[in-house]
Amino acid sequence: MTTTGLLFTIVGLALIGWLSARMRAAAFRRPAIQRFGSLPVHHAWVVALWVLGPPLTFLVIWSLTSPALVTDRVLASPLAAALPASAFERASILSDARALAQGSGGVFHPAAVRLAPAYAAAQRHYDWLASAAALILALAGGVFAFVRVSPAFSARWRLENGVVLLLLAAALVAILTTAGIVGSLLYEAARFFAMVPAIDFLTGTRWSPQVIDPADPGASLGALPLFWGTFFIGAIIAMAVALPLGLMSAIYLGQYARPRTRAWAKPALEVLAGIPTVVYGYFAALSVAPRVRDLGLFLGIADASSESALAAGLVMGIMIVPFVSSTADDALRAVPAEMRDGSLALGATPSETIRHVLIPAALPGIAGGVLLAISRAIGETMIVVMAASGVATLTLDPFASTTTVTKQIVDLLTGEAEFDSAKTLAAFALGLVLFAATLLLNVVALVIVKRYREAYE
Amino acid sequence: MTDAKLSARNVSVFYGATRAIDDVSMDITRDEVVAFIGPSGCGKSTFLRTLNRMNDTVANARVEGTILLDGEDVYAPAMDVVELRARVGMVFQKPNPFAKSIYANVAYGPSIHGLARHRDDMDRIVEDALRRAGLWDEVKDRLDASGTTLSGGQQQRLCIARAIAVDPEVILMDEPCSALDPIATARIEELIHELRGRYAIVIVTHNMQQAARVSQRTAFFNLGRLVEFGATSDIFTNPVEERTKDYITGRYG
Ligand SMILES: Nc1ncnc2c1ncn2[C@@H]1O[C@H](COP(=O)(O)OP(=O)(O)OP(=O)(O)O)[C@@H](O)[C@H]1O
Ligand SMILES: [Mg+2]
Repeated sequence: MTTTGLLFTIVGLALIGWLSARMRAAAFRRPAIQRFGSLPVHHAWVVALWVLGPPLTFLVIWSLTSPALVTDRVLASPLAAALPASAFERASILSDARALAQGSGGVFHPAAVRLAPAYAAAQRHYDWLASAAALILALAGGVFAFVRVSPAFSARWRLENGVVLLLLAAALVAILTTAGIVGSLLYEAARFFAMVPAIDFLTGTRWSPQVIDPADPGASLGALPLFWGTFFIGAIIAMAVALPLGLMSAIYLGQYARPRTRAWAKPALEVLAGIPTVVYGYFAALSVAPRVRDLGLFLGIADASSESALAAGLVMGIMIVPFVSSTADDALRAVPAEMRDGSLALGATPSETIRHVLIPAALPGIAGGVLLAISRAIGETMIVVMAASGVATLTLDPFASTTTVTKQIVDLLTGEAEFDSAKTLAAFALGLVLFAATLLLNVVALVIVKRYREAYE
Repeated sequence: MTDAKLSARNVSVFYGATRAIDDVSMDITRDEVVAFIGPSGCGKSTFLRTLNRMNDTVANARVEGTILLDGEDVYAPAMDVVELRARVGMVFQKPNPFAKSIYANVAYGPSIHGLARHRDDMDRIVEDALRRAGLWDEVKDRLDASGTTLSGGQQQRLCIARAIAVDPEVILMDEPCSALDPIATARIEELIHELRGRYAIVIVTHNMQQAARVSQRTAFFNLGRLVEFGATSDIFTNPVEERTKDYITGRYG
């Protein structure tokens, strides 16, 4: 039975369970004291959930374990004795055989062709087992629940528990996925640090992954220029643009603009946040970068690059403006109106009030927002992939070529490279550093913002 | 009428289409304390806020009639609200110190108006204002602490110090003690006694005893109208209007 067919059958069984339970419960005469007890529809859902829950849970777990079982069965067959001893070759033959058994993929190994029928047979064997088990579970669950349909059975509360389980499962999926991603990042990064000492990686100043000396990979994998480039573009140049623009637009829109102006200006500003970053990217690469280079040449900087930090940073700053502006607006609005009135009542003008009273009072909130904005900027990829350079330089010159962590991760993983090399694994180490940095920024920012909110509760 | 510090002539205030103050006229002299009393929502705060044009900050508020400060029309185009509000200070119901140090809270007004030439001048102004507000002894050792770390009563005295630091002519107080305990309230009342004569003071209060204790004259508002305005002793012992009597006796239970 195909997977789709199996799923349809299970859903069909659930439907039958639902209908029959409902019918059965509808026939009950409810005693007067149970006027607010379970309704037929509650019984119906409990049965349906019992039909669906066990087989679906089983199938999810099965789909994680069955490939290993299938492979084991193939390896246990006499044909497998002919396989080469090298684990790497073995794995590649097996994966070819699997592709072949499923009717896709080209063939490189004659051994794979020979193994394919065995693979298909093993697969069929386990599929059949799984389908049978799932159907039995569905029927068993349904019968178990159906038998319990009675006036005394509190289906309403059982259903409540079922709903809670469902919600919990959804939350678990999200959490487990995150944990899985972080786990694999840690694992791959650990493999990298087994080849390259962390000190070399974190503090080395030479980054040239194209030519790696196998004897000393750390010598050409010093990521400091990348960290600096990321910080320079995302935290310095972009913020130099986003902070003043965002703060001032927030002040204008939040404190001065009439409601009518605000009604269209605020959404208009927020559209900036909706522009796909790839559009910002080619805007940066095609429109801004050449002008920045011309400006650099005009200023007498001979090596002004067309892939400068300044171009990428400026555009990234524009991208972040709505973000800074809306957090600053929130922070300013959170300042109690009495404080503003107190200042105005002393004869301060609105701009004096904003400068001397509102901004100092909102500063923690604004600072938290800026940290979040920085964390977003340093994780931003598309703009730098398109506009920043691939050359890692440790420089203070905004017109020079500079690269970032995200840009290098993309470069490391595109193009052919063996998966086990220091070069490829470096991408995971970079990812880990980036993840740690943004996590730290987010946590600090949230703590600041939370404290600040509490201060005005 | 010549010694009226503030005088309102046929003042009406509207929020959009609703009339919150209806044709109120009154004079306040330069050395008295006037209390505004009346049921909630009768327009006391509204009227108080028209006196220093704080209602300008409410988008849909509109004022009719005339208010004169030393004979100058407060709502005339030539009147600078910055100067007006510096001359007519205000203390709010909820203590509202700025998120700054105690020193900076008091120095804020003088510094935006350029009242101090040197740091020494400023120190003197700050100390003087804090002394007059009866707060100096409690805070002189921690002027750098944030104003928000003070107790509610101290915060309110800080707000009074902040208002008198710019040396106003009138001080408007909108229920300045409603967020305070009896001891802190007594301190503020004492303070009002000490400030009397130096500034014209208008205080809105829901506390009849407080009105009787601190004011020389009392105005009773009801439904946006000024029902009765006279010597405090008369209002409380021998009111002319029936409604005043009902309100006062009702309050006394
Ligand atoms: N910003 C505003 N917009 C619209 N109506 C308002 C506004 N402020 C006050 N009002 C209305 O004006 C009337 C007078 O309000 P005001 O605050 O002056 O009363 P009050 O006498 O100070 O009352 P309380 O003793 O409760 O402080 C009330 O009916 C109130 O609903
Ligand atoms: Mg009021």
